[in-house]
Amino acid sequence: MGLALVLALIVAPEDADQGISQRIFYIHVPIALTAYFCFGLGAVKALLLLWRGEERYDLESYVAIHQGTIFGALTLITGSIWARASWGVWWTWSSNQLVLFLVLFLFYCAYFMLRFSLEDGPRRARSSAVYALFGVALIPVSFLAIRLAEDFIHPTVFTRDGPQMSGTMFATFVVCWAAVTLLAYVLYRVELAGKRLDADLRELREVLQ
Amino acid sequence: MSWSQEELVAAAYAVVFFFVLAYVAIIAAKLARLQRETSELVELARRKSGRES
Amino acid sequence: MYLADVAALTRKDLRVELRGRDTLPAMLLFVLSTLVVFHFALPEGSGETAAYGLLWVAIVFTALLGLARAWVPEQEHRVLDGLVLAPCDRSAIWVGKTLATLVFLLAAQAVALPAFVLFFEPLDASAIAGVLLADVGICAVGSLMSAMAVAGRAREVLLPLLVLPLAIPLIVGGVGAAVSADPERFLLFLLLYDGVFAVLSWASFEYVVTE
Repeated sequence: MGLALVLALIVAPEDADQGISQRIFYIHVPIALTAYFCFGLGAVKALLLLWRGEERYDLESYVAIHQGTIFGALTLITGSIWARASWGVWWTWSSNQLVLFLVLFLFYCAYFMLRFSLEDGPRRARSSAVYALFGVALIPVSFLAIRLAEDFIHPTVFTRDGPQMSGTMFATFVVCWAAVTLLAYVLYRVELAGKRLDADLRELREVLQ
Repeated sequence: MSWSQEELVAAAYAVVFFFVLAYVAIIAAKLARLQRETSELVELARRKSGRES
Repeated sequence: MYLADVAALTRKDLRVELRGRDTLPAMLLFVLSTLVVFHFALPEGSGETAAYGLLWVAIVFTALLGLARAWVPEQEHRVLDGLVLAPCDRSAIWVGKTLATLVFLLAAQAVALPAFVLFFEPLDASAIAGVLLADVGICAVGSLMSAMAVAGRAREVLLPLLVLPLAIPLIVGGVGAAVSADPERFLLFLLLYDGVFAVLSWASFEYVVTE
């Protein structure tokens, strides 16, 4: 990650249009992509749970969505900072990505509410899995909805330059993306191991007492 | 309160950094707790096997 | 066979409601009261489009009211376990419940929409089509979410949390169908939503109710 940081901040050439704020792009977009990926992973594990019925998928799905939500929150925060840097406002409804993430963030926060409200067991695992699948179905549908909503909701025009990146910029982006993905993966494994250990220890305690 | 561009860029990266830091701290605390629990259980197991043998 | 099961289940729900009469009157009263509140809540000269948005808020929350009570009869009399054991396809239970909730919602809207036209703005055919399509979506997704929520604690609080993010595309579709110059896009979108999420709900209901 250190290498990615250095590259992003120093090596990459300054974007002509936006200047230094372009550099936020290098951390904001990988985080957003990683969040999508985590939600997707959570849904895949959920599907596996429903299909194969092995209990471990429930925990894996949960942890994946947990990570996804954290990265989603980070996406919103960094996105808001970028909005401030680019357009001078902390929030705008015109940024489709920001709005989409807000909706998804709300959706996945409700996921945790659902889990806390249900008792541990196969019922909770399966309801969570179904909900996770609804989440990924919601992603494209919400995106479409937000695009359609542009019609009648604040048609202010904020242009955001697309990734017209030069070679070094692209390389930097890829490195950053790899770094963030790696980070997410490491956190995922650590979290998962922690939760499994917890469960095992609890089981052990019951046997011994 | 108006921020300069550099400050905002720094803020964005700092936010991420602090999230990661907080996460590591939470994991460390969790690890400490798990270690404590494991040693407790080892004690329990020793006592049990001591009583049985 | 399947359709017969669905019909039987829907009839059962409608009959329970006709006898008990607790959900539908509440929904009716709620939606009318909400519309009146909106009149006071909207500042002068807000423009007509704001009214359509508020109509949809009223619809969604009225639907939530109905959905919150949707599985209560089953839960109260432990009928759900019995139904699950019954030799019908579990998803038929979902279809029956969705249809029954849809009937309640439509009944409430039969009063609410004319009231809206009276109090606020006219509604054209595409707006009404939008309402009908979105109704299907809300009831489909809502029945499933309600079944999930009813198994846990704090179910009254949980249901809106689960449904509202999913309802956002429906609101976009509905309001768009009412105000936009080109409502076909929104109606098509609502159709897409209904298709995708109704199928998803239908397929996953079984997993949610079995132990």
